[in-house]
Amino acid sequence: METDKTKENRNRVLVYFVHPTPHKSRLNSAMLQSVEELKDVTVRKLYDLYPDFHIDIKLEQQLLMEHHVIVWQHPFYWYSAPPLLKEWIDLVLEHGFAFGHEGNVLKGKKVLTVTTTGGRQDAYREDGRNNFTMRQLLAPFEQTVNQCKMTYLPPFIVHGSLLIDEEHIRKAATDYRKIIVLLRDKIFSNNELQKTTYINNLLDLPI
Amino acid sequence: MHDQSFFFQALVYLTAAVISVPIAKRLGFGSVLGYLVAGIIIGPFVLGLIGEEGEDVMHFAEFGVVMMLFLIGLELRPSLLWQMRRSIFGLGGLQLLVTTTLIGAIALAFRQTINEALAIGLILALSSTAMILQTLVERGQIKTSAGQASFSVLLMQDIAVIPILALLPLLASEIHGAGAAGQHDEAVRTFAGIAIEGWFKVGLILVVITGIVLVGRFLSRYIFRFIAQTGLREIFTATALLLIVAIAVVMDLVGLSPALGAFLAGVVLADNEYRHELEANIEPFKGLLLGLFFLAVGASIDFNLLLNQPGLIIALLVILIVVKFIVLFLLGRAFRLRGGQGMLFSLVLAQGGEFAFVLISYSMQNQVLSLEASGILLIVVALSMASTPLLLLLNEKLILPMMEDSTNEQVADVIDDGETPVIIAGFGRFGVVVGRLLIANGFTATVLDDNPDNIQVLRKFGFKVYYGDATRPGLLHAAGCDTAKALVIAVDDISKALKIADLAQRDYPHLELIGRAVSKQHAYEYLKRGITNYEHETFSASLHVGIKTLVKLGFNPYQAHRAAKIFRHHNNAIEKELFKHYEEDEKKYLSESMRFANELEDLLKSEMQQSIHAFDTAWDNTSRREEAAEAAAQNNSESAGKK
Repeated sequence: METDKTKENRNRVLVYFVHPTPHKSRLNSAMLQSVEELKDVTVRKLYDLYPDFHIDIKLEQQLLMEHHVIVWQHPFYWYSAPPLLKEWIDLVLEHGFAFGHEGNVLKGKKVLTVTTTGGRQDAYREDGRNNFTMRQLLAPFEQTVNQCKMTYLPPFIVHGSLLIDEEHIRKAATDYRKIIVLLRDKIFSNNELQKTTYINNLLDLPI
Repeated sequence: MHDQSFFFQALVYLTAAVISVPIAKRLGFGSVLGYLVAGIIIGPFVLGLIGEEGEDVMHFAEFGVVMMLFLIGLELRPSLLWQMRRSIFGLGGLQLLVTTTLIGAIALAFRQTINEALAIGLILALSSTAMILQTLVERGQIKTSAGQASFSVLLMQDIAVIPILALLPLLASEIHGAGAAGQHDEAVRTFAGIAIEGWFKVGLILVVITGIVLVGRFLSRYIFRFIAQTGLREIFTATALLLIVAIAVVMDLVGLSPALGAFLAGVVLADNEYRHELEANIEPFKGLLLGLFFLAVGASIDFNLLLNQPGLIIALLVILIVVKFIVLFLLGRAFRLRGGQGMLFSLVLAQGGEFAFVLISYSMQNQVLSLEASGILLIVVALSMASTPLLLLLNEKLILPMMEDSTNEQVADVIDDGETPVIIAGFGRFGVVVGRLLIANGFTATVLDDNPDNIQVLRKFGFKVYYGDATRPGLLHAAGCDTAKALVIAVDDISKALKIADLAQRDYPHLELIGRAVSKQHAYEYLKRGITNYEHETFSASLHVGIKTLVKLGFNPYQAHRAAKIFRHHNNAIEKELFKHYEEDEKKYLSESMRFANELEDLLKSEMQQSIHAFDTAWDNTSRREEAAEAAAQNNSESAGKK
């Protein structure tokens, strides 16, 4: 796959790892580890960088401009992201930079949510325990991305993190790595991406 | 040649040591062999710079062994000693028993009487504490399982010296008693006399030991504290020396080995907060005296005797080493010392010891051994000591590489002597908060402070607090800088803080340094040394007072908090900027009185130039409001146009 793609043709990927307690995380840490060393992938551990929530806005905007695919990797807390990601969205996606008349800097970039939930997948259905699907719950993020004239990709989601075993952690990590590589190397077609609800599903397709 | 002045002798010994030890170390032989060879060279048979007085020097220098045992005791808490009981009495006891029996049997084969054979067996079963421990410590192997096992055996041997000293005269009296019945009676009476005297002695020994324990546990703290409060370092050193000399004298009086007494005192003081300061004070004396001791051993080797009977002496030397080695090796296996550890253990203990010198001359005085036999034994013991470093080198270079998995176990079985991951230098009102935070989060900290009053209070709250000036390199080592992860420099004296930083960077490059900065210049000095982890001692507190003031002036609490946060980051950036000026023009900062004013001017100037809040557009919707108003106006004009 990689042979017919030159390096200049690759997407640069910016992974935001947003986890307040990585030392207690098995799944998210393993997943992060699997993409950390990839070429053309920049990892930013937000809680390590800004433990006092003092985000360097100018630097963050600079990085956004230098990358094509932005990944928000975080556990799913109270049907949302940990607060530092919200703080980041509030402060970095400024009016006039990310949205508004003049705010066209991010136009055309892609955003991928990568998240893990404690509950199993069948809880996230309209007739399930959580009453809403993941796509419905992620709507605020999706609309934020739309507002910034970017494309919100179908999310990569790992369910059932509470009882997950080593084997499935390893699988989640390799799947995550595959997805990032495929996005980086521009393998997915827009058509495929529009059709699916979870990007996980695309791994089963013959590529 | 023998009536030279003290200074001439000192000149000879020191020159020999300074020349030969570095060479020996460079060649990989270790310092002990260096000293021994230097001793041989300055001794009567090569240069003849020292003669018979070498023996007096040896007795004097044996005091180094006493100090060494004291230092080792300091590292061992009673609970650790208790954990080692099996290897001390089991391994150590069996080693003595089996080796004595075998060597005795061999002595019988060399046509010695049974008493002589027993004496020889007992004397040669002992190994050289000085030699072994110095070697193991130097090679960093004292905490390996072989090192710990060796130590246990040596400890047992030190204990055994007491009954051996009591037994030797009895062996002599039986020689006299052989044959005549009357004399036999006398022997029995002597025996009874010794027995009664023995009980008295045991009582006396118990009293002395109880005394050491009681004084060490309950009184020493106050004595050391009283001495430390004088602030005179040399008096503390004198006290430490006095302590050991006093123990040696008392032990000698009741007939115990001074080394054993010193060891006991060390163990008793292992929990003492002045432990590291004691260690730092005694250490150099110990090193010098041990060096002197090895020099004297080298000088005492009687090469005339060796040249007269080379075959016999070499044969005895080989027999001694081989027998001891085999016994140790088999016992080592039984006590689960495998592979390289078993080899190290068996080789390092396979020689005669310094107690042999004492016991041989003692046996000669008591007519247990003949003059000739004593001479031969002395040279065999001295040569066996000299052979150990060579054998260890051989082991390391040739034998170990041939054995599989010999290196895996090198660091196993480390005795936890209570070293902590972090050391805090300076434990006043600043360091104490750092320490409390660490302890609240489950970390132990070793604390160095030179204020005796703090120590008393803090010990009560579970801190490991040691008295001492952290700027002394010995103390940083004693506090465990080579095993710790981080060193917090929390002293309030700028030059001391920087000295600690320099020492730590020189000797322990792996240590993370975190500094308390007392002034801007202090911070720059940290930056100059590449230390970026520092905090200004008053900055955070001032900032929080600033927040409270802003709130009283009408800011919302979060607004004030955020303003302070921005200010803090802004300040850090400015400091890095000003550091560049500092590096360029250090002299400007040297004028003491001008410094604060200059800094203030620089700071305020940069604050005026750029309003730090101009950049903070967080949650600010001015621009959105403008855009919305624009859009609304456009809408209005469009709909107006339609009308």
